[in-house]
Amino acid sequence: MEVNEMIKPENLVVGRTSVLKECPMHYCPGCTHGVVHKLIAEVVEEMGIQDSTIGVCPVGCSVFMYNYMDVDMAEAAHGRAPAVATAISRLNPDKYVFTYQGDGDMASIGCAEIMHACNRGENIVVIFINNAIYGMTGGQMAPTTLLGQITATTPYGREPKLHGYPLQITELIAQLPGTCYVTRQSADTPAAIRKTKAAIKKAFMNTRRGVGTSYVEVVGTCASGWKLSPENANEWMRQNMFEKYPVGDLKDI
Amino acid sequence: MAEVALMKGNEVVAEAAIRYGCDGYFGYPITPQSEIMETLMIRKPWEETGMVVLQAESELASINMVYGGASSGKRVMTSSSSPGISLMQEGLTYMAAAELPCLVVNVMRGGPGLGTIGPSQGDYFQAVKGGGHGDYNLIVLAPASVQEMNDFVGLGFDLAFKYRTPVMMLVDGIVGQMMEKVTLGEFKPRWTKEQIEQNAPWALTGKKTGAPAKYITSCFLDLSQLERVNEHLQAKYKVMKEQEVRFVNNDCDDADIVIVAYGSVARICRKVAQLAREEGIKVGVLRPITLFPFPTVELQRLAAMGKKFISVELSAGQMVEDVRLAVGNDVKFYGRTGGIVPTPEEILEQIKKMV
Ligand SMILES: Cc1ncc(C[n+]2csc(CCOP(=O)(O)OP(=O)(O)O)c2C)c(N)n1
Repeated sequence: MEVNEMIKPENLVVGRTSVLKECPMHYCPGCTHGVVHKLIAEVVEEMGIQDSTIGVCPVGCSVFMYNYMDVDMAEAAHGRAPAVATAISRLNPDKYVFTYQGDGDMASIGCAEIMHACNRGENIVVIFINNAIYGMTGGQMAPTTLLGQITATTPYGREPKLHGYPLQITELIAQLPGTCYVTRQSADTPAAIRKTKAAIKKAFMNTRRGVGTSYVEVVGTCASGWKLSPENANEWMRQNMFEKYPVGDLKDI
Repeated sequence: MAEVALMKGNEVVAEAAIRYGCDGYFGYPITPQSEIMETLMIRKPWEETGMVVLQAESELASINMVYGGASSGKRVMTSSSSPGISLMQEGLTYMAAAELPCLVVNVMRGGPGLGTIGPSQGDYFQAVKGGGHGDYNLIVLAPASVQEMNDFVGLGFDLAFKYRTPVMMLVDGIVGQMMEKVTLGEFKPRWTKEQIEQNAPWALTGKKTGAPAKYITSCFLDLSQLERVNEHLQAKYKVMKEQEVRFVNNDCDDADIVIVAYGSVARICRKVAQLAREEGIKVGVLRPITLFPFPTVELQRLAAMGKKFISVELSAGQMVEDVRLAVGNDVKFYGRTGGIVPTPEEILEQIKKMV
């Protein structure tokens, strides 16, 4: 069969979800954000909830998420997305409300807001991208930066005496009675991406049950911040991050 | 028949919010305004009107909850006192930039720092000059009675939605804590989904088929785009200055000396004016109700009649700067700080020095 004969809609095995807008993303090559945006968009499309989803963007590299997602979105101040989402959800109980946050946004400046939203068991979905660095501001240390990891503000490597320890915030959040689903996934292989999508879908489905906060961490790469090629960044993540941030469900009720 | 009650200023804010169809209150306890959330929790409006009342983990969270609620076109509010309002400045500048309506009640206490719980007007600059970073203003309403605390809840929401801007009710602790007779408003239902879509077409209510998704943001990286946003905000403030100035002129036109004072101080100064007139000194009181926009034009009209001015405040000389901007540098100032309230007699002493 000629190639041209094969290019027909009925032969299409992978499509582009209509919940992603037709515009190029600003993310660097190898970045996890674009992948996870697409997964959320696919879940929203599959569940048929585009008209009843409201997202909250963080401050960080994904600050312009509303330019890519074709759902209503609010841009929150740095770290405050869970508070913003709390009110949107409480005042609009018929909506699927999600936040999307980086490690600096959620685990550092917004630590109080995420803890209390999860502890209240707000009926929201939290998507947490842990790339162990502040991507947007040029690669400074994040609370999740590993010991020994070199960043712009730990040029000799993260040292506990100087900089404290990597924060396993997902483990803390799993302790909170307000959460119903806490999982850690990654996006380094097609198989991992499929699992992450299943986790995101489960989290959104939980909104229908209204039994607490659903929380999905995605361990991700920041090739630019880590100063590695996309391929090496993936490898570095597998070698170093999964030990501290093991993939799997922490809680599922 | 209108319902009349004897209530504290803070309590009436809660009652007025429920009656005006407020959708949500988010707050964190701090003296001297904790009665607002306490009254709401006792009243349980979620059973009556569906209004959400939530004790947040901090004022930072409260104002960002307000941001979220406002994003979806709801009539939402918070209240606090000075230290808590300082924490809210981040949210307020974001809301001003994203053009989100809300009502914030600041029952001021003595500062700076943790200060004291006594009454103060020390947050004038913070309220009137923006407060957070960037070029913006809030509409600032200054009630002088329990009745006005009631009335300004509805007025505040109306102005907030009319101009898509945060509105602050700036109250000194005296007005918040005192009990007075008040005529309560009629019950108004909360806006329906259809009304929200009509009154706030910009609000996040879920993407409609065929229409683009909506977003709320204060981030405009393109420099010329951000300048256009600023020009738009400034144009709004200009309209407010032309159309929303509110004040009370008590016997200023035949007076030789005009006292400019707001909130509870204006009421003390009415007494001063009476005492002064008994001694043959013609004194009037100009009470700004809107501190932003400021009654500049009215002050200039009085200045053109050759009157002398004194600004009396529970602060170290803040509003006096706006009076001077209006009428020139020759404005006397008298103020007390630290939560201390001046007596009519001590203010009268100052007036006599002006004769
Ligand atoms: C109040 C405040 N402080 C600091 C910043 C600067 N800032 C912007 S993004 C960011 C960190 C973002 O890192 P992260 O949340 O890990 O997201 P990433 O960019 O890596 O996706 C910081 C510190 C800000 N915008 N606001």
